Amino acid sequence: MARTPGELVGARPGTPFEITVDGRTVTAMPGQSIAAALWGAGILAWRTTRNTGRPRGAFCGIGQCYDCLATVNGEPNRRACLLPARPGDAITTQEGHGHAGLGV
Amino acid sequence: MQCEILLPVPTSNSSDVIVVGAGMVGAACAYYAARAGLSVTVVDRGAVAGGTTGAGEGNLLVSDKEPGPELELALLSARLWQELTASLPPQIEYEAKGGLVVASDAAGMEALRDFATGQHKAGVMAEEIPCDRLGDLEPHLAPTLAGGFHYPQDAQVQPALAAAHLLRASGARIRLGEEVTHLLTQADGDLTGVRTATGTLHAPQVVNAAGAWGGELARRAGLDLPVLPRRGFVLVTEPLPRMVRHKVYAADYVADVASGSAALQTSAVVEGTAAGPVLIGASRERVGFDRTLSAEVLRRLAAQATTLFPVLAGVRAIRTYAGFRPYLPDHLPAIGRDPRMPGLLHACGHEGAGIGLAPATGLLIAQLLTGQQPAVDVGPFSPGRFTSVS
Repeated sequence: MARTPGELVGARPGTPFEITVDGRTVTAMPGQSIAAALWGAGILAWRTTRNTGRPRGAFCGIGQCYDCLATVNGEPNRRACLLPARPGDAITTQEGHGHAGLGV
Repeated sequence: MQCEILLPVPTSNSSDVIVVGAGMVGAACAYYAARAGLSVTVVDRGAVAGGTTGAGEGNLLVSDKEPGPELELALLSARLWQELTASLPPQIEYEAKGGLVVASDAAGMEALRDFATGQHKAGVMAEEIPCDRLGDLEPHLAPTLAGGFHYPQDAQVQPALAAAHLLRASGARIRLGEEVTHLLTQADGDLTGVRTATGTLHAPQVVNAAGAWGGELARRAGLDLPVLPRRGFVLVTEPLPRMVRHKVYAADYVADVASGSAALQTSAVVEGTAAGPVLIGASRERVGFDRTLSAEVLRRLAAQATTLFPVLAGVRAIRTYAGFRPYLPDHLPAIGRDPRMPGLLHACGHEGAGIGLAPATGLLIAQLLTGQQPAVDVGPFSPGRFTSVS
């Protein structure tokens, strides 16, 4: 059986809860970042780049590279690797800068 | 050794002219001097565009200048920028976006009208925009403004890339990371070159394009040139779609620029960039070369920008940077030969207008270096104007 980080440190996590990604339900653990919860569900990309629309997800995982930006509860450009998941969070794939509505 | 030198080339440490400073003004001096047939060496203690050039917004403005020698320089530069744009790559992000100066009340509008009338006689195009038409030009502007003036000749470049590409196009030899410590003179006082931390560079003429550090370079030649740093912060938003079309600024910006006070002044200046982020300025204060972040300045910049564009309150500012404008007491640059050391020419002290004024400055310096008649009267820019001539 694969050893998980939680098993290695003898963690006793609290009750899992649900978040949604583009409407799909994903289970997250208390204290888990949104990026970790998405990776746990096998989701690797949740943003497309501004100029060429390429897929992006977590890269550095420590808040430095800004690759993992996501729209969370309607607010674009949140760093999914730093933001703890909360019950009921709605993550949506962010297209480009996520502010298309402001263009003139 | 594979070597097919057909023409006599200068040795690596000898040239017709040394330009000290690899910022926008130094790049323009190198470009026009090389085009005039001179061999040019550019030396900088730091990187290309590592000083004030890399810390600005890249404004090419005529709108903020009253009739006089600086406006004449700006209008010549505006034409030269159009020429340069045709030969430089699109990466310099030249954009003839135009400027929009806005007033919050009728008195401010009247002041703008007077200012524009004077400028019009000097060749500046400006169109009055009544309050009900402001939204056509800038849909996100606050609806409470009294009106504004549109200046189609205002433009913008990405200053660091513009300096780098102009420097490359000059073909000059470039020595970076090499600080000039002394200017070398013969017994008769004639300039023969500069000494740097690593060696000696020879040239009969030296151009001081050291920007905010131009006063320090002059001191190393034993001369006084009262260039002082005037600090400014720029606040940078997250990348956004094009939501600010022009360079938009509040009418009190012009008064701030013209002020001689050392105290903090801030006025809203807002513009988009090709890369997406919106740049928010402008602050001015004379605090020496102190780079300490000032939360008070950033707070004021953000508050003033969101007054002009309420929509900005809902977007994130992701970083800030500071720079030092090279300030001279009469707000005019020093362009020309130093009467105390004729081999030394100054091209510094452009304050916040150096990107815009660089091509005309470079052209004038090249004309002076080669003994040609300058394209505009350089008298008002004389570096000797700060010393009492006996």
